[in-house]
Amino acid sequence: MSKLVKEFSKHIDEVSGAKSGPLDGLRAFWGGQSIAARRLVGLLAIGLVYLLPWINPPFIRTEDTDFASVLAGIVVPFVLVALGLNVVVGMAGLLDLGYVGFFAVGAYTVGVLTSKHANLPWFIAMLLAIAVSLLFGVLLGAPTLRLRGDYLAIVTLGFGEIIRISAQNLSWLGAAEGISNIKRPPSVGPLKFTVLENKGYWVFGLTLILIVIFALSLLEGSRVGRAWTAIREDEDAAELMGVPTFVFKLWAFAIGAAVGGLAGAFYAGKLNTIYPRDFEIQKSILFLAAVVMGGLGNRWGAVLGGALVAYLPERFRFVSDKRYMFFGLVLMLMMMFRPEGLLPRKLAKRVRGVGIDIRRKRADDPEDEIGVRS
Amino acid sequence: MNFKNFVDTFWDNTLSGLSLGAVYALIALGYTLVYGVLRLINFANSEVFVAGTFGSLIALKFLGVPAGNTDGFIKTGLPLLGALALMLVMAIAFSAATATALEFLAYRPLRKRNSPRLVFLISAIGASFAISEAIGAYGAKKRETYPFGRVWNTRATIVKIGSTLVQVRHVIVFVGAMVMMAGLTVFVNRTRLGRGMRAVAQDAETARILGVNVDQVILVTFLVGGVMAGGAAFLYTLYTESTRFNEGFLLGVKSFTAAVLGGIGNIRGALLGGLLLGLIENQGAGLFGGKWKDVIAFAVLVLVLMIRPTGLLGESLGKARA
Repeated sequence: MSKLVKEFSKHIDEVSGAKSGPLDGLRAFWGGQSIAARRLVGLLAIGLVYLLPWINPPFIRTEDTDFASVLAGIVVPFVLVALGLNVVVGMAGLLDLGYVGFFAVGAYTVGVLTSKHANLPWFIAMLLAIAVSLLFGVLLGAPTLRLRGDYLAIVTLGFGEIIRISAQNLSWLGAAEGISNIKRPPSVGPLKFTVLENKGYWVFGLTLILIVIFALSLLEGSRVGRAWTAIREDEDAAELMGVPTFVFKLWAFAIGAAVGGLAGAFYAGKLNTIYPRDFEIQKSILFLAAVVMGGLGNRWGAVLGGALVAYLPERFRFVSDKRYMFFGLVLMLMMMFRPEGLLPRKLAKRVRGVGIDIRRKRADDPEDEIGVRS
Repeated sequence: MNFKNFVDTFWDNTLSGLSLGAVYALIALGYTLVYGVLRLINFANSEVFVAGTFGSLIALKFLGVPAGNTDGFIKTGLPLLGALALMLVMAIAFSAATATALEFLAYRPLRKRNSPRLVFLISAIGASFAISEAIGAYGAKKRETYPFGRVWNTRATIVKIGSTLVQVRHVIVFVGAMVMMAGLTVFVNRTRLGRGMRAVAQDAETARILGVNVDQVILVTFLVGGVMAGGAAFLYTLYTESTRFNEGFLLGVKSFTAAVLGGIGNIRGALLGGLLLGLIENQGAGLFGGKWKDVIAFAVLVLVLMIRPTGLLGESLGKARA
């Protein structure tokens, strides 16, 4: 497996090193600003994003559907999923084509625990959904992670379909009718979660996204993240240096699965009804398109890719019923012309790769991208 | 588990298992040949197959066969042979054209810039979904049923064994697949291009140095895989009398499973794997119920890859891969 990834990351380095992207100037400028200024701008940007459904900006808003509902019901799950899949594909370099399976596990866990077979509070169900998905990640990862890369892709695809067909066939899981009357998150003060109140979901979802981003950035800076980088760059060398590569690959698979499960739990809490057909294989391909489009291995790339894949078909309705065709083509074209994605990994990789000291030392050099914070 | 049903339907399931298995084997050849030469899972091979089924459908429409499944227009003799030949040719033409287009548009540009294998695989996945959804968006979204009964009664019984009816279509599919397989074996083993394919599969660089036109050989590999998928498409439409824009996905994954089960890169392995998978899946459906049929196929895939990833007859790649 690592060979595939190694080749790929080398290729990306070559490609992105060879040409200077349009974002390079921006990056240098950004890196030249003081930390306080960057923080201020960052906070302002986050605040603006929180307020999006209230601002309801013309042109950006979706004309045919309620903008808040698109943001909360579609963009949030996709961004969460892209963040999770990015850990698996981008960080550890394991091509997972059955990722929708973990999304389904999360959604069905919440469905079973708050409606079908139990009446647990929503937040408890959400936490359990994360735990169950994590468990599924370990169970499916343990026997398969030793396979070579392209075989792993096919096996995960098989697992994803097994999960969906099982949900469709087992009456315990509601069979083809799915599960309805799934609980919504409880309203807290002004944050309401009802059919018509989507703004609460957006605030909640965006908070989840930020928490996940924060947690993943901590993880990447830690021993685990360094092990992933080592595995991705050269698995044999990592193994020789004493990194238990299998364990860390399993961790990547499980953590990715847990984030996917969280996305599924949020999705179930938003829609209240889930059907097996919501978890068809095409979704996995959309998820992959999101991560690849954004930039493999870059968190912010995953956020951007997930948001675009979710948002574009809603904003431009002519894309809507052809979205799988559209994003299939996008995958093809990206591989041909920009395999490193819209936001290449360079940014994230450097920051992770070099220590704090170097970053601080170089921060006063406005030309150096290492000063960029991710 | 339903043992009574398993016993009752055993021969019926054997028959349909062998017929579908023969189709899997033909499609599996497309995967196995390309994997043997390029080490690439040609994910879009399923769409090469689907294009062929629509080729057959267009041929039927061209012949002016009206919709509906009544038995008024049954042809015999030369007109029947002509109609079948046109369907076969159209299926092969559509499939081969799709396979060639894939090589030119999706893979060759990547080879030119020396892309790593993961890039190829992602591109193949993208191409697969783009093609199948394009057929769905601009062609036929709903299931297209072939008014086949108007041309030829493929469901006429030849022999009756117990309660099991051996029909014309079972024999045609099985014999047709065997003939194509035999033709392919001769092509790969006896012709100059076949020798080139084997040479490139063993060591592309050395083959290039020794004067083999590698790009041409790769194109021929895609073309041959496309012809096999086209034949499979023709036989499959004879057998099921319908197709759909996303028909290829399941058949594709199952055929790939067949290729791996027999040993990827191995032509005889594809045949063995296809027939075996057809039998396992159909008998399994008899035992566990039809709705678990696809799960059984996927479970076979997972088990084979985990227990014996080199397949039953062994991989037949020139080089061992990490």
